[in-house]
Amino acid sequence: MTQPLDLQAVSAHYGTTKVLEDLSLSVQAGELVSLLGASGCGKTTTLRLIAGFLTPTTGSIQLGGRDLTRLPTHKRDIGLVFQNYALFPHLSVLDNVAFGLKQRGLGSSERRKRAMAMLERVGLSALADRAPGALSGGQKQRVALARALVIEPPLLMFDEPLSNLDAKLRVDMRVEIRQLQRSNGTTSVYVTHDQEEAFSISDRVAIMNAGRLMQFDRPEVLYRRPANTFVARFVGFENIIPFKVVAREGDTVTAETAGMTLRLSQAAYGAIPDTFLLATRPDGLMVSTDPAAEGLPARLGLRTYLGRAYQYQCETAAGQLIANGSLTNPLEAGTGVKLVPMPEQCTILASEGTR
Amino acid sequence: MSDRPHPFLIVVTALVYLFLMLPLVIVVGAALSDTTYLTFPPQGLSLRWFENIFEISAFRRTIITSLQIAFLGTMIALLIGIPAAYALNRFRIELPKWLGTLFVLPILVPEIVFGFALLKSFTVGTGAPIFLSLLIGHTLIVLPYVVRVISASLASFDFSVEEAAISLGSSPVKTFFTIVLPNIRAGVIAAFILAFITSLNDVSVSLFLTGPGISTLPIQILAHVEQFFDPTVASVSVLLMFLTVAVMAVVERTLGLTFLAK
Ligand SMILES: Nc1ncnc2c1ncn2[C@@H]1O[C@H](COP(=O)(O)OP(=O)(O)O)[C@@H](O)[C@H]1O
Ligand SMILES: [Mg+2]
Repeated sequence: MTQPLDLQAVSAHYGTTKVLEDLSLSVQAGELVSLLGASGCGKTTTLRLIAGFLTPTTGSIQLGGRDLTRLPTHKRDIGLVFQNYALFPHLSVLDNVAFGLKQRGLGSSERRKRAMAMLERVGLSALADRAPGALSGGQKQRVALARALVIEPPLLMFDEPLSNLDAKLRVDMRVEIRQLQRSNGTTSVYVTHDQEEAFSISDRVAIMNAGRLMQFDRPEVLYRRPANTFVARFVGFENIIPFKVVAREGDTVTAETAGMTLRLSQAAYGAIPDTFLLATRPDGLMVSTDPAAEGLPARLGLRTYLGRAYQYQCETAAGQLIANGSLTNPLEAGTGVKLVPMPEQCTILASEGTR
Repeated sequence: MSDRPHPFLIVVTALVYLFLMLPLVIVVGAALSDTTYLTFPPQGLSLRWFENIFEISAFRRTIITSLQIAFLGTMIALLIGIPAAYALNRFRIELPKWLGTLFVLPILVPEIVFGFALLKSFTVGTGAPIFLSLLIGHTLIVLPYVVRVISASLASFDFSVEEAAISLGSSPVKTFFTIVLPNIRAGVIAAFILAFITSLNDVSVSLFLTGPGISTLPIQILAHVEQFFDPTVASVSVLLMFLTVAVMAVVERTLGLTFLAK
């Protein structure tokens, strides 16, 4: 049983403060979609709207064609996994997992059988009689996962489920979550502020900022082709340089910024508009000591060691840029260089008024 | 650092206990005395002053009244106080700050003033029966304790646990009884005991609200010592002590056990 989720132009307020604005999001059946964004951007609010703890001021929420917008939470049939686990402290692990089955009127032997089978799947059947207080963080989150999955909900939602766990366990658990989600084929919404976590387990990621959806796409697309400067910065395009086209010759475009010119090939970059932003990661600016190189003149500043490369703070006429240089040839501060954009590590963005 | 407490700490603790227990020992001793006046150590051993309590009808009646008022007042205070404490904690962000203060007002106002105010405004104003006035007065003085104690319990309750239960298909009302209440059980028991004892021992509010024919035990004790100096008051005090302990035990057993059973 797996169903698509559809949010249409949903807005939400706390009192008079608007925290979500016209959010539209379609999650396909069986898909895992992450909501990714900084703390306070409205991810939890979005989950609470879908779960029914909060009513949207405008818009509608549909699950498998069922309109959820005005339905109370306990009738929505949604599995929830919370950051702080939210296990029932006074019930055993087994009774925690069986709780949802009890609400569905199942007999006690059937409840026990299904709950045990679910605990088996998350590797905790040996702890069935323990109290939740006597479990480790990872075990608690597995119980919470089992409790949400055992009711076979058409939609599963996670709110930063791994943020209370240590780094190693986080990676193991997210793989486990993804495997369980895949094998059940349950439509899932996963909230996190951790980009790596979101990109690694999601079919698609919705990047949010200040209550708005900035871009919603596959991780590969977000990582390579951000749609705007916000997403570009978010995924690590640290240099965003405004350009104006001054000449076009067939495929080659000559563009100017702060008195510096650069020749770019549209075969490599795609169509280039008359004014645009060139966004690069530090890896996307090659540090060249060849004065004849086709790049932006710069003077090197502070050098830091990243392990796989040296990183330089570079002074240019267009402001400070960040570039990575090779390990074999460390350069001293004050060296004059050319920063050469590497097309596969760059992207062209439309200008957005003020920068 | 050792696991054993410091000898000084043991001595201080023992002294504190002695200080707390000594008056009780004296009262028990005096109650058992065979003399017609209060004395310690007891001279001769006798239960006659305990029998005497039940021979004086005013004591019989006021013990019943006090227990009724304490029990009913505490139950009403719990019925009001538990939902109030729940709402105050659950919607802390949404509710105005002064609302919480409202529930502690009765203990901020001196009880004697409170009793007098209640007499003037309620009993005299509406001509309500004495029992009802007493019940309302006692409910109001124990309500702050109930709200405070249960709020303390709820402050450490994680409300996402409640949301988890609701998301699993349990209605909000059902969730309150199956999830929230069991987790604040200790607070409810503590609130019950505290409220019951506060009501049973109250003098200042009752002083204004008792009237012809209806009185509470502490008021009756006061009335008795004004006229007699026999050990009856000591035996009543011992009885009151045992009643209190018995109530605590019963509450602990029943509330404790019914909530533990699923
Ligand atoms: N109960 C609340 N009352 C008022 N404002 C709130 C409440 N909960 C969240 N907010 C505000 O709404 C915004 C979005 O919050 P939230 O959805 O929790 O963000 P996220 O989960 O992305 O960190 C924040 O600015 C936060 O301060
Ligand atoms: Mg959040």
